[in-house]
Amino acid sequence: MTLLHVESLTKTFAGLTAVRDVDVDVTDGEFLGIVGPNGAGKTTLFSLLAGQLEPTRGRVVFDGQDITGWGPAKVASVGLVRTFQLMRPFESMSVLDNVAIAAHGRHRSRKAARRAALEVIDRVQLDRYVHSPSGSLPTAGLKRLELARALALEPRLLLLDEVLAGLVPAERAPMIELLREIHADGMTVMFVEHIMAAVMALSERLLVMAEGAELALGDPHEVITDPRVVEAYLGEDYA
Amino acid sequence: MSATSTAGTPGTPDPGATRRPSVGLDDPRLKDRSTSRTYAALALIVALLAVLPLLLDEQTEAVAIRTLIFAILAVGWNLMSGYGGMFSFGHAAFFGIGAYTDAYLLVEHGVSPWISMLVGATISAAAGTLIAFLCLRYRLAGAYFALATFAFAQVFLLAVQNLDFLRRTEGFNVPLLLEDSWSMMQFEQGSPIYFWIPLAVLALGLFGTVAFVNSRAGQYVQAVRDDEVAAASLGIRVMRYRLVTVALSCAFTSLAGAFYTQYYFFVGPEQAFGSGVSVNAIVPAVIGGIGTVFGPLVGALVVGPLSEWIAQILRDPPESLAFLQGVTGLDVAIYAALLVLIVLFMPKGIYGTLRDRFRS
Repeated sequence: MTLLHVESLTKTFAGLTAVRDVDVDVTDGEFLGIVGPNGAGKTTLFSLLAGQLEPTRGRVVFDGQDITGWGPAKVASVGLVRTFQLMRPFESMSVLDNVAIAAHGRHRSRKAARRAALEVIDRVQLDRYVHSPSGSLPTAGLKRLELARALALEPRLLLLDEVLAGLVPAERAPMIELLREIHADGMTVMFVEHIMAAVMALSERLLVMAEGAELALGDPHEVITDPRVVEAYLGEDYA
Repeated sequence: MSATSTAGTPGTPDPGATRRPSVGLDDPRLKDRSTSRTYAALALIVALLAVLPLLLDEQTEAVAIRTLIFAILAVGWNLMSGYGGMFSFGHAAFFGIGAYTDAYLLVEHGVSPWISMLVGATISAAAGTLIAFLCLRYRLAGAYFALATFAFAQVFLLAVQNLDFLRRTEGFNVPLLLEDSWSMMQFEQGSPIYFWIPLAVLALGLFGTVAFVNSRAGQYVQAVRDDEVAAASLGIRVMRYRLVTVALSCAFTSLAGAFYTQYYFFVGPEQAFGSGVSVNAIVPAVIGGIGTVFGPLVGALVVGPLSEWIAQILRDPPESLAFLQGVTGLDVAIYAALLVLIVLFMPKGIYGTLRDRFRS
């Protein structure tokens, strides 16, 4: 079943086209990797899907419902949730309260929200930091906090924006394992990432973007050997 | 170029049913000791303060009552500006609405102040919500938001000074009754009831603050204050929860205004809507610590007596300061100096700084 249907999605900023005519369908339960050089429009694509930006043109249909132009809160409430590449913790709050804020979307009472938050915190292995101020977390912890908040909303589609960036190699493996578990539990994921080893390990399909447009989409191993993709990354001499 | 999934394998339809660890309702990490401690501390403070008017002489009680009015103003301001992150420089508008609603309904229609308090609170909540909506709708933040609220408060001041039915610059005198009356909130001069009423209002505000900041709406608005974009992306309707906070803050602040009219038996445009009133709401909260439960109270305990001391010096200066006789505005000058010192050395206010130091 198609969970997300994206049609000719385009975003123009004062003459610069950041995202150009992107068409992609995401199937329920799928893990879709998205790669591309810096400035390819990956994060802008997420912002268009999650409602931080309004598209100039095109259509976004989520779970059969046209959500084009919806604001971020409304999009999140129907189950399409993103994380941010630059972590955005609520710094005055503890890790527990950060996650409980998200869990409040499904649980009205403080106690129920905190309980649901604790389950997610345990799951992403932030349990050592439950009562720590979120601002005091190391990078790896903040990345997990971003993930935990998104999971606490119990989304149907999770947009992960470089959750591995800034992690040292030793921290990457457990994070990749965690993402694999989350996906194995049935979560549909769109995964923007530069670390190719992780992308190849997790993705069932791969979307390559360059200069705002879709360059290739399909089986990860086939896509990365596509001459157009090699050229976009390395220049035409290597293609 | 259009594509549908070909290689994707659909996941199991029941997410997380087997793998998710379960947290029991009795998990010790769910205990919220600090909130219960805060409630207990507040109960103790209110109980101790309640005895105060029985011990104080009439003049000192007047200072204590003025301190309570400062505290109520600051507690109200703190909800919106401290916890909500929307810096108001126009809380005089809501104090003024409370004061004038009380005065107008009492003098013109003989309405009981208790009812006027509720009416004033409702009008304040509506006015505050509208003002905040306009400011937020046009994306005013920080200093621009503060200036806009200041401008709205000035509009109220000018409007009252030019409206006949609000007696322009003359103001309202509360008619004196011959005997004590609960329903008209009038008591013998120096009666402890004049202390207990604002104390009860303050207690409502302090307990209400704790309940609010621990509620879903209160948590949401603090998240919005910390990071609006992240909050919205977690499904929080930013505008709605900001306006809820503003409405509570404005409604509560107007209670101080209604009591002011009843206690001083007079209210005019400057006492109600003057910019000095907005300063009186901000200064105790900033000195004590914004975004904390106890900060506004601590700040009021500094500013209340200080304002009385300044007034005394101006009324009857010692020889060496004779030039101060009859000077106005000294209080504002001293508050300004105090604010600079606080911002430089205790940016989180007296209570906020001490709390952080104590914790670490």
